[in-house]
Amino acid sequence: MTDPYAATSTETTEGRVFTVGGQDWDDFTDELNPDASERVVVNMGPQHPSTHGVLRLILELEGETVTEARCGIGYLHTGIEKNMEFRSWVQGVTFCTRMDYLSPFFNEATYCLGVERLLDIEDQVPEKAQVMRVLLMELNRISSHLVCIATGGMEIGALTVMTIGFRERELVLDLFELITGLRMNHAFIRPGGVAQDLPPGALDEIRSFVALMRKRLPEYAALCNANPIFKARLSGVGHLDLEGCLALGISGPVLRSAGYAWDLRKTSPYSGYEDYDFDVITWDTADAYGRFRVRLAEMEESLRIVEQAANRLADLEGAPVMVADKKIAWPSQLAIGADGMGNSLDHIRHIMGESMEALIHHFKLVTEGFRVPPGQAYVPIESPRGELGAHVVSDGGTRPFRVHFRDPSFTNLQATSVMSEGGAVADVIVAIASIDPVMGGVDR
Amino acid sequence: MSDTTPGGPGKDPQPATHEPSSPEIEATTDSTSGFVRSPAVGVRKGMFGARDGGDTSGYGGLVAPIVYPGQAERPYGGWYDVVADSLEGLVERVVIHRGEITFHVAREHLQNAMQTLRDEQRFEFCAGVSGVHYPDDAGRELHAVYSLLSMTHNRRIRVETTTPDSDRHLPSCVATYPTLDWHEREAWDFFGLVFDGHPALTRIQMPDDWPGHPQRKDYPLGGIPVEYKGGTVPPPDQRRSYS
Repeated sequence: MTDPYAATSTETTEGRVFTVGGQDWDDFTDELNPDASERVVVNMGPQHPSTHGVLRLILELEGETVTEARCGIGYLHTGIEKNMEFRSWVQGVTFCTRMDYLSPFFNEATYCLGVERLLDIEDQVPEKAQVMRVLLMELNRISSHLVCIATGGMEIGALTVMTIGFRERELVLDLFELITGLRMNHAFIRPGGVAQDLPPGALDEIRSFVALMRKRLPEYAALCNANPIFKARLSGVGHLDLEGCLALGISGPVLRSAGYAWDLRKTSPYSGYEDYDFDVITWDTADAYGRFRVRLAEMEESLRIVEQAANRLADLEGAPVMVADKKIAWPSQLAIGADGMGNSLDHIRHIMGESMEALIHHFKLVTEGFRVPPGQAYVPIESPRGELGAHVVSDGGTRPFRVHFRDPSFTNLQATSVMSEGGAVADVIVAIASIDPVMGGVDR
Repeated sequence: MSDTTPGGPGKDPQPATHEPSSPEIEATTDSTSGFVRSPAVGVRKGMFGARDGGDTSGYGGLVAPIVYPGQAERPYGGWYDVVADSLEGLVERVVIHRGEITFHVAREHLQNAMQTLRDEQRFEFCAGVSGVHYPDDAGRELHAVYSLLSMTHNRRIRVETTTPDSDRHLPSCVATYPTLDWHEREAWDFFGLVFDGHPALTRIQMPDDWPGHPQRKDYPLGGIPVEYKGGTVPPPDQRRSYS
């Protein structure tokens, strides 16, 4: 059997071959080409600390100026879409939550909305589940924007922005841990609703978080908004106007920084977003500074939504969080035990000791899962980075036939070239940070 | 670069969950719902995934055709007709399912249709292309599904085109929607769809020298059995699947 990855001959048929064998470096470079220009091709990444994960940039430089910028991606490709075809519809959530690891709830939500549309149960998802989805997504938007601002600040040397950004994000992750049991990879939003009800005391924690963030968010504005160094590094960098955004399929804060108030939460509301009062933030500079301001203001809007969702949840105590159809709703229940979150002992007692039918039902739904009628659906949502959608195809079986995620990071990263070419090499970092790509979502 | 699927880690491709459609299942008109059913693209047999005997339940004899939502008939309602009118002569069939409209376009009309949609119907925004491999859809094994959005009118449609597995060529739409650059590269990478006219159709996620196209149905998932506390769990593609 031939090895497709075996080494091939190292002899090249093009260009000159230079052999570096320990001679004096100056002699070697003189010999290279005495009238060579300053054109250099630099490989930045895939392990460079300033490229937001494993992104490889191939930069062609003329002195300090970037003449050509290209992206090499795929270093974090994990075959999540393929793997989902071998698991049940519910297990798919466990996979897709790991794609864009800074916005896990959005991945889960768009997938579940697609599955629910194919199941034709969109109207049966209980109100409390919808409100909890909105609450979690908006908290997630805050944590994701905080990471974007924090890492973007770190990359230009604004370390305080980084430390306070991660400090606040930790508070959001604590809320996630309280509500879902996990800081990341929650698999909490399920087809038909959410995995479980809010734990006791969660609303108080959320309210105190909102109150704290109302004090802390102005700190970012005070630190950055008029900071001359910050503005000098960000203003006019990574420019991309509205025409460019539409041609390249750019959505999210990049599009809104070009002045277009396009937000799927307003234009095609899902999960009941039409019932919340919030504004779509835009800016008119179409540059990295505008994107920073859009994200900062969006966090304030998200706080408004979180507050409204918390108020609605206070009136929904004890309401169901999963669709009533027992052929779809996940049968197992979770509870906090002595060793943390796990299967509810009451539920286990019920299926093991009380009801044979409940055991069969549990077994059938957990191992085999439910069937989804044949067809395809695409329900995009507004993730922190733009339009995130899952193209869900079913052949009527118990597993997804095909799920393709349209990840905004993947699409928006195409703007790297047009944002960085002609600028200084230091501005490439700022431009990419303003796109806010998450490589887990880009490569999937 | 080899275009064949590797043998994988020493096992057969995934077991087929359904077999090619039988010839007696043809397009029929459903008198109750009024739309034309599409022909079945496969048959689902049995129930519990057991194919080698031992099924005493009787459910093993079940045979169910796999039928996707059929063609819609005019009037489609609302703006659907406006968009359909502008594509007159380019569309093979229109499917409306769960409130989403899909225009099936032959690949030779794809560029023309996309250009018309963008310029006349103001579908400014393309959300990319998603490849789907239907191994049993004879002569139309590979589908390319485009999602288009008109921000002006707040309308969303799908455009779907197909190619046979033996001739995986379809025209590139990068000239109309530059955003499709990476999306088409991804569809080439994962499904082997060749987008003629793409400026640089290279792999994007897999390494450049990767053999095969991993998200095709005939490409094995891979994986190894895992031992845990004395038991052995087979890799996911060799576990029982419920047909």
